[in-house]
Formats: sequence, structure tokens, C-alpha cells
Amino acid sequence: MIGFWTLFYKELLRFWKVAFQTVAAPVLTALLYLLIFGHVLDEHVQVHGVRYISFLVPGLVMMQVLQNAFANSSSSLIQAKITGSIVFVLLPPIPYGAFFAAYVLASVVRGLMVGLGVLIATLWFAELRMAAPLWVLAFAVLSGAVLGALGMIAGLWSEKFDQLAAFQNFLIMPLTMLSGVFYSIHSLPAVWQTVSHYNPVFYMIDGFRYGFFGVSDVAPEVSLTVVIACFVAVSLLTLGLLKRGWKLRA
Amino acid sequence: MAAAVSIVDVVKHFGALEALAGVSLEIAEGEFFGLLGPNGAGKTTLISTLAGLVRADSGSLAVLGHDVVKDYRKARGLLGMVPQEIVFDPFFSVRETLRIQSGYFGLRHNDDWIDEILENLDLTSKADTNMRRLSGGMKRRVLVAQALVHKPPVIVLDEPTAGVDVELRQGLWQFVRRLNGEGHTIILTTHYLEEAEALCGRIALMKQGRIIALDTTANLMAAHPGGSLEDVFVRTMNQ
Ligand SMILES: Nc1ncnc2c1ncn2[C@@H]1O[C@H](COP(=O)(O)OP(=O)(O)OP(=O)(O)O)[C@@H](O)[C@H]1O
Ligand SMILES: [Mg+2]
Repeated sequence: MIGFWTLFYKELLRFWKVAFQTVAAPVLTALLYLLIFGHVLDEHVQVHGVRYISFLVPGLVMMQVLQNAFANSSSSLIQAKITGSIVFVLLPPIPYGAFFAAYVLASVVRGLMVGLGVLIATLWFAELRMAAPLWVLAFAVLSGAVLGALGMIAGLWSEKFDQLAAFQNFLIMPLTMLSGVFYSIHSLPAVWQTVSHYNPVFYMIDGFRYGFFGVSDVAPEVSLTVVIACFVAVSLLTLGLLKRGWKLRA
Repeated sequence: MAAAVSIVDVVKHFGALEALAGVSLEIAEGEFFGLLGPNGAGKTTLISTLAGLVRADSGSLAVLGHDVVKDYRKARGLLGMVPQEIVFDPFFSVRETLRIQSGYFGLRHNDDWIDEILENLDLTSKADTNMRRLSGGMKRRVLVAQALVHKPPVIVLDEPTAGVDVELRQGLWQFVRRLNGEGHTIILTTHYLEEAEALCGRIALMKQGRIIALDTTANLMAAHPGGSLEDVFVRTMNQ
């Protein structure tokens, strides 16, 4: 257990020591989105009966939770692999389950910190309602964990930074952007609505938004089930790779 | 009683290259053992399979009777390894690095021992310096320190003195000898043959993934009267 706590603590310290880049910068990015899209569209658009700027906030928060959870585990692993400092965690007797848990939890913490930062900053621009805070928390934690685990897979798989960037740009970005961060899928043509239902990130954001407004495109229980199923699947895959020492132990 | 290290028929390929071509070796507890050979002989590969960084294609390895694959947690807990390449985590100071490494081995409140290691490796004044700000030789000393945080019964040093100044080299050997005197098994690779001659009780010479000579240092030297270990090395390699 001490091995796990130490690794978790090290992973927290790693991003906290550069919090300006890892926490403050993504909060600023989200605020820019909010200012630009929020102000341009606020007067013209209402979604689920709420003002667009209010509708946008949870989407942006969740987007940053997801992207930062992914960034945390993936960049930590790729950096350690490229610099060789990965040996420090490969030599000790840390069970692979503890290894997994430490990286994923640290990713969740970073995701939540950025998400909370965005939420607090947006209080100046839009009033905040939270119809069901427990749903908000559940979706934030579980979705962060899914992306943290995906980040581990990406970090293990990549051998160079550009491979990781490709993973991020061609998989993670499209999945989050096309998931309903900026719109309700009901405003899409029927075909794209159907396609959106195959995107797990759609359920993360839709369920998260339910926690704020009490309304959503899909029933929150369904979304939660999908997110839990994703977490189980991605975790099992990651654990399997770690157990084999895939791309870690030659 | 189990050997400190027991290696049986270990084979390892990297693609078409046979890095280890069936290596068997037994090292008893308390030995000061030298693993010598030219660049690319397979020394680091052998050590890495022992530490679980590299997986053998076939054969088996054990540390104090614990198989490095089946019983990996025990085996790793008993082994301390100084890697050949200088690597470091740029986020942390020397002390943070050593505390974190202790934690990975399940140890809390290890500061007394950490202080002692720092003292012996002449790093006390750098304890709170960030790793990035250390010189190359100092970084290597920290690597040695990291390998010792959990007082491992078996210590593997892969060229620990490359790039380290004379004074520290002597300090390091004094410290390692003391650990050996206290019962720690030491396995050393080095290209400084005088060091091996002075320190090691037994030596294996490797070439192209094989052990081609294995004996006590005294016996190896006796086979070539009047020569140094370097002469023995050169002649054995050219046989
Ligand atoms: N990860 C790897 N991938 C491919 N080939 C490798 C890898 N590691 C080692 N090798 C090859 O295996 C052989 C043995 O290398 P090894 O590092 O074990 O040699 P060594 O005896 O430690 O040499 P040196 O004295 O230079 O440190 C070399 O031919 C090397 O190129
Ligand atoms: Mg080597």
C-alpha cells in the first residue's frame, strides 16, 4: 500500500509543481471558449430551455476534465519512458494493480482540479445551477477515470511525443468535440444524432449536464451505465497490458 | 540455503540478435562478483533480466530463491540496481527522489538511512538541490543512492564509476566494501579492470552473450603469471 500511495503522491506532485501549465492554462482556454462562443451565441440560442451560455458551462467543464485526465497519465508515462526515469518505478515491487490505480487516480485529481477551476471562473459569466450534485460528481470522477486509463494506454503505446500527439489529435479531440460540448445533439441531423450515440464521450457530457439542469438528451441512468461499462472495459485492457509489461519491459 | 543469484540457461534475443546465448551463473550470498566483458557482450542485458526490466525468452532467474517472474515482488524487493545510463526525474530534489524511491519499496520514515547514504556518497550538501542542477557524476551518485534506499541484500552496480571523480570513486568503493562486509552481495560491471581486480572475489568474463571464463580472481590471475587482470582479459577474449 505504501508503494501505491507514494506513486500517487509522486504523480500529484509532478503536475502540481508545474500547475501553471497543467491547471491554470486549461482553465484559461475554457474561459476563452466561453467568452467567444457564449457571447456570440447567447442571444440567439436556447437549449433545453436554458440560456446558451449556461448550457455551455458544464460542457466546457467536462471537456477539460476529460482532456486533462488524459493528458496527465499519458504525458507522465511518455516522459518517463523517453527520459528513462521509468526504471525507478519498474525496479520496485509495485504490483501492476497499484501502478494502474495510482496513475488513474492522479489523472482524476488533475481533471477535477481543472474542472473545478473552470466552474469557479465561469461563475462571473453565468449563474450556476446544480440540480443533482451527486450526478455531477459521479460523472466527473468516472469519466476522468476512463480518460486517465486511456491516457495510460496511449502513454504505453507511444514511443515518441508525436505518436502521443496523434492519439490526442485524431482520437481524443474529435471524440470530445463531437460529443455535445457545444450543442445538444437534438440540433443535429438525424444521421449525426445516431452516430453520436456511438460516442462514449457523449454520455459523459450528457449525464454530467443532467446533474446541472435536471434535463438531458438521454436518461442519466443509461449514461451512467455506459460510462461504467467503458471504465470497466478500458481498465481491464490497461491492467492486461501492464501485467504483460507491454512496451515497458523488453 | 538459496544462492544470492541463480541464473539458469537464460536466452534473450533482440530481433535477430542473440544478446544472451544461454547463460548460467550462480552467485553465493556475500560474494563480491565481477561481470566483465567488452561493449555489447550482454552484461547489461543479463542484469536487466535479473531486475525484471527485460524478459528472458527462456531460462530462469532467481534472487535469493525468488523467481524474478513468478515471485517478482519478493525478487525485486531483495535487489538494488544501479542502471548504466544516467537517468533522473527532473521534478524533484535529491532528498525528494530518495524519499519517493523508499516509498516505492514500501518504506516510510527512512530519513536516517537516507542521511547515511548521502553522507557516504558525499551528497549531503546537495540534498535539497533539484536533480537538474547536479553534475553528471553527482547524478550517478544519486542513482547509487536510489539503489540502496531499501538496504537490498543483493546490489547490482552497472558501471557505477563511469564519469565519477577519483575521490568519490574511492569513497564509493569504501562504502560498497562496507556493505559487502555487512553481508550484502555485490555484483559489479566495470571497464576499469584494476577496480575489478582489487574488489572482486570472483569474476565472469562475457563475450557475445556467453560466459567464456568464470573463476576466482586469484585463479584467473594465476593462469597468466605476472600479468594484470587486463592481460587475462585480453588473452581470454582473443582465444
Ligand atoms: N533494447 C534493446 N534493443 C535491441 N538491442 C539491444 C537492446 N539492448 C541491448 N541490445 C543489444 O544487445 C547486445 C548486448 O547489449 P548490452 O547492453 O547487454 O551490452 P553490455 O555488455 O552491457 O555492453 P556495455 O559494456 O557497452 O555496456 C548489444 O549488441 C546491444 O546492441
Ligand atoms: Mg552495459
